[in-house]
Amino acid sequence: MPETRRVAILGGNRIPFARSNGPYAEASNQDMLTEVLDGLVARFGLQDQRLGEVVGGAVLKHSRDFNLTRESVLGSKLDGATPAYDVQQACGTGLQTAFAVGDKIALGRIEVGIAAGVDTTSDAPIAVSEDLRRFLLSLNSAKTPMDRVKLLGNIRPGMIGIEAPRNAEPRTGLSMGQHMQRTADHWGIDRESQDELAVASHRNLAAAYDRGFFDDLVSPYLGLTRDQNLRPDSDVDKLAKLGPAFPNQDGSGTLTAANSTPLSDGASSVLLASEDWADQAGLSPLAYLVDHETAAVDYVHGDDGLLTAPIYAVPRMLARNGSSLQDFDLYEIHEAFASTVLVTLKAWESEAFCREQLGRDEALGAIDRTKLNPYGSSLASGHPFAATGGRILASAAKQLDERGGGRALISICAAGGNGVVAILER
Amino acid sequence: MADLLQQLLTSPIGRQITSTLSVPTPPELRRYEPGQPLAHGAVLVVGAAGGAVQGAVTEVLTGAGVTVTHEVTDTAGEPAGDGRPERFAAIVLDATGIERSAELGQLHELLQPVLKRVLPSGRLIVIGRPPEDAGDAHARTARRALEGFVRSLGKEARDGTTANLLEVVDGAEGDLEAAIRFLISGRSAYVSGQVLRVGSSPAGGLGTVDWDRPLADQVALVTGAARGIGAAIAEVLARDGAHVVCLDVPAQGDALQKVANRIGGTTLQLDITGEDAPARLVEHLRERHDGVDVVVHNAGITRDKTLANMDRGWWDAVIAVNLTSQERIDDALLSEEVLNTGGRIVCVSSMAGIAGGRGQTNYAASKAGVIGHVEALAPQLASVQGSINAVAPGFIETEMTGAMPLVPREFGRRMNSLNQGGLPVDVAEAIAFFASPAAIGSNGDTLRVDGQHLIGA
Repeated sequence: MPETRRVAILGGNRIPFARSNGPYAEASNQDMLTEVLDGLVARFGLQDQRLGEVVGGAVLKHSRDFNLTRESVLGSKLDGATPAYDVQQACGTGLQTAFAVGDKIALGRIEVGIAAGVDTTSDAPIAVSEDLRRFLLSLNSAKTPMDRVKLLGNIRPGMIGIEAPRNAEPRTGLSMGQHMQRTADHWGIDRESQDELAVASHRNLAAAYDRGFFDDLVSPYLGLTRDQNLRPDSDVDKLAKLGPAFPNQDGSGTLTAANSTPLSDGASSVLLASEDWADQAGLSPLAYLVDHETAAVDYVHGDDGLLTAPIYAVPRMLARNGSSLQDFDLYEIHEAFASTVLVTLKAWESEAFCREQLGRDEALGAIDRTKLNPYGSSLASGHPFAATGGRILASAAKQLDERGGGRALISICAAGGNGVVAILER
Repeated sequence: MADLLQQLLTSPIGRQITSTLSVPTPPELRRYEPGQPLAHGAVLVVGAAGGAVQGAVTEVLTGAGVTVTHEVTDTAGEPAGDGRPERFAAIVLDATGIERSAELGQLHELLQPVLKRVLPSGRLIVIGRPPEDAGDAHARTARRALEGFVRSLGKEARDGTTANLLEVVDGAEGDLEAAIRFLISGRSAYVSGQVLRVGSSPAGGLGTVDWDRPLADQVALVTGAARGIGAAIAEVLARDGAHVVCLDVPAQGDALQKVANRIGGTTLQLDITGEDAPARLVEHLRERHDGVDVVVHNAGITRDKTLANMDRGWWDAVIAVNLTSQERIDDALLSEEVLNTGGRIVCVSSMAGIAGGRGQTNYAASKAGVIGHVEALAPQLASVQGSINAVAPGFIETEMTGAMPLVPREFGRRMNSLNQGGLPVDVAEAIAFFASPAAIGSNGDTLRVDGQHLIGA
């Protein structure tokens, strides 16, 4: 195995996250990705520099966005000779891009790169019905005008229809919320603790904004200066009034609009480099990307919940690093739903689950809850799928820098039963 | 950059109307562009008896490739070879020898015959001595008289020509170059009727100066850089070679990043009124740049209302942004030694800080305070071979003045010797002058960039 180098996280830039069909309704993925790249360029003086690589991605993409990241780089202030490619791994995309850039830095393939992610649920691609699509393709390949006229006779009213992207698993037909509701029920996660987690997320994020924590992480865009979803005055009593968002067949359900992330638009980026590069650029690392793991659960054929892959990924990564779950100063667990976080923690606390499913002698144990998402997470900020990884990575790195050292554990669940987790250190 | 009214006034029909109504037509000012010759014609350098700087000025101008003339060979009635009397881009009058009021007659003697020979956007520069340094009462009187003379000259000058008084401290004759270059060039297009003082630069001399890029390899901080005058300052400092740290409040970050990317600078999103802002700024400048050479305090806000109707919040906001933040930041930069040795601080004051403004008690207080701040800190800066100066803009064409109602705007624009509003770049050029290492002899000064506005001293 070749000798590896430390991967420094130097900083990040994101735009405030907007609610779907809000201020960014007219902005494309490419617009937003270019904007965050330019903001990062401005923050670190990277104008006209050729970087080793930019890796980005989006979950919802138009067919014209096949080279989304490269096109965004070409539209940015970076040197156009900076190569780029796209990654797509549902909500894991944003963090996976950092793994891609980080590993190349670790191996000495590149010195510096940007990991980025973007998503819009407003400017989403729309497909036509399968019958209409086939018809249009045949029309397009017809050789003579006469052939085209003949084909026009084949069109039927029933063919007219569109398919917008749905937040649903292709193999189960269930939405992500329906899946999560089942998992939450299975683990007996009550409504109150979900609402409490959501309120804490809003309050923590608002407090972090108020004290200027995001001054060098977030740049305004299209009139938005803070995450649109943020409700600083959120309280448990208000949240208790909401009905189930993903009810079971009997109408029950603990997941609501407030303890689930809303559809969002936004983009994020993170600057990663070797220590040498950082030193020469006069930049001090906020933290280092120490290790990462990508995992999946077979939620289709097995008993595991759709969003539970990180439960498996973390202990494997910890074992490799000789760490216990309690060896961290900060836990950033993506709040796809409040219940996702609560299920994850409960599973790690369950001796039976850890024995049976993780093959351990004992539970991983509980964590100090004051170290969990101390500056808020996706419930408050919103969750533009591929942009969440960059948001968490830059924020966690800066938190470690502010406390002058320590370790952070990052965990993000993703559609398809995937999950990505990482360890940061300072 | 002509506004609509200016376009109308300069059109053939407009000219007829304006001459009938005797509305002054705004001349187009010669502004600096990289590569431009220092002067757009020959410069006449003349001296009253006993003048001490005529030689130094001639040397500076000749060194800059300017043709210098000392004597007028043709008189107004006597055409030169090409059938027209020779005209000058500038006239420099060395009046350092004038120490008695009776000697002031030389001003008339030297300038009266040639004043009509000045090209459009010409320069009239009188060089004198600081009155308070005079050896006796008569000398002080005569020196002070120059100020009134120059201010009137500024009001009489036509076609974009300016008049300024340069006061040279005894012994600083060799430190005139930056000021002479600034006043002769298009960089001072909107500066007229002003007194600029030059003292001695710190021992050791300035070394070689790259006059096209005087800020090469230097780091400059500009606050309020996202738009308007601040963005122009950032651009001019970058043009002069500096790496510019563009600072503005986080809410202006999107505009700020565009400025930084245009000029190859960096952004710093920070609310300068925050409790920890000076500390965060110090840390940023130290970590990222190992210190800072130029600091421009440009960030400012207005909250206009007559005092009787003004609530306390508006008062506090203006004082906090425009004045207190500058004091706190400068204190931190100096005590933490983040301002590099020889560093320059330039503050943006305002015409309102000199003359006051209705509905601007808070604003004028803050901007007058800036002038006091500059005067107060000058000795401390001098002790680290640095300087601190202020620039006081008059009516400048920005988004802010563009939003004014038509009539006050047109009056504001034209109530000055150049009959037009200034551009953000005019303010930026004056700041770049104070920011340049060669201008270190000027310290504790406030220079108005207002086309000699009728309001104020």
